[in-house]
Amino acid sequence: MKYVSEFRDKKFIVPLVAELRRIIDRPLRIMEVCGTHTMAIFRHGLRAILPEELELISGPGCPVCVTSAAHIDAFIDIAARDGVRVAIFGDLFRVPGASGSLARAQSMGARVEIVYSPMDALTLAEKYPGEEVVFLSVGFETTIPLVAATILEAERRELDNFTVFSAHKIMPPALAALLDDPELRLDGLLCPGHVSTIIGAAAYAPLAENYGLSCVVAGFEPVDILQAVILLAKQAREKRSVVENGYARAVSWQGNPRARKLMSDVFAPVDCQWRGLGVIPASGMAIRERYGCFDAEKRFAIRLTEAPEPKGCLCGQILKGKKNPADCPLFAGRCTPLAPVGPCMVSSEGTCAAYYRYARV
Amino acid sequence: MCLAVPMRVLAVKGNENDISTPRIGIVEAQGIEKEVRLDLVDRWPAIGDYLIIHAGFAIHTLDAEEAEINLRLLREMAAGVAGVTEGDKGSP
Ligand code: SF4
Repeated sequence: MKYVSEFRDKKFIVPLVAELRRIIDRPLRIMEVCGTHTMAIFRHGLRAILPEELELISGPGCPVCVTSAAHIDAFIDIAARDGVRVAIFGDLFRVPGASGSLARAQSMGARVEIVYSPMDALTLAEKYPGEEVVFLSVGFETTIPLVAATILEAERRELDNFTVFSAHKIMPPALAALLDDPELRLDGLLCPGHVSTIIGAAAYAPLAENYGLSCVVAGFEPVDILQAVILLAKQAREKRSVVENGYARAVSWQGNPRARKLMSDVFAPVDCQWRGLGVIPASGMAIRERYGCFDAEKRFAIRLTEAPEPKGCLCGQILKGKKNPADCPLFAGRCTPLAPVGPCMVSSEGTCAAYYRYARV
Repeated sequence: MCLAVPMRVLAVKGNENDISTPRIGIVEAQGIEKEVRLDLVDRWPAIGDYLIIHAGFAIHTLDAEEAEINLRLLREMAAGVAGVTEGDKGSP
């Protein structure tokens, strides 16, 4: 089958790695922004076969990992209220805030449902008309348009017991904030696949121009990732920094305008706190006034309160690409996927979870 | 969070420009069938097209031509003659 098996074909791997070794002519630091890439790189054992000159660091591209403790605490606050049922993506379930996790809230009686799609939360609202159903939503540009479509659908169905708590974040402002840090010293960016499906490869042009950074959009198959890394190494060798698209079958230059329009019809940019990165201007997406009746923050009069990061957790440094999980004294000791201290250990796409699963020595 | 495997369209219900009825696709991959929303897909799919799915919604209809170009580039790279894409114009 054209779009899958050929991109999985192992016969490409050895020659691609050889080609990379031929091209790479100095040490390169490349950040893979997306958590799905982090996992794919580990799962396919790519780290072991890549040349030593290549240093891959993981970025802030796992939406659960960058959700602030303040947001998690607000989620728990809502979940614990009478007559409320919350719906979440499964990754969020065990993420610790300052006041426990949604898993703990559930064990103390809160109604927490794990859903596959925001539309499933809508179905819950129809099934339990006597309750308030709240979708606690974290995610990037891949997720936000879906939630926008769900809110429009809720309006069409005239549901008055459905709201969304938007802890959404958008990628480009966070990447720019990261790159403003002179310590990061990146040679290239492996741009996220499906975020780019929505925002388009063009979204990285300002990064290439303003920061002189090579950007290549990559798919998720091993050969996609190798191909993207080769393109980055080639740019470094030729001292160019432009945006290239290594995933053109799924990402166009302009992205998905229909999805972006839905997103901006329903949501507007706001300043937002990222775990580990601090407040980044215009990096969050809040529900617009026009759809205020679907905004859980309004309906439940939520005020976010600054919460401390878990003690000893280095997630912040890891999300910025400055530290490795192995640098954390809690890694694999007090902090494991079953008893996570920080969010990077909880999400299946978190950097600490990926290292725990694949790279423990 | 991203499901990397594209799914093949078996059936399409509803109409691209009519939002009064649900716009739904039945898709299949590796023997698993699913219903997905088509509200925000960039190109309305035909039966046999492949879709990228995220949390129950199709977000992109794959482009056969681009996939071919992609593969050609890969083959060239694997053959050690990389040197094809022209970066800043978007698609290679
Ligand atoms: S190992 Fe645990 S405590 Fe340490 S940085 Fe990772 S998530 Fe935080």
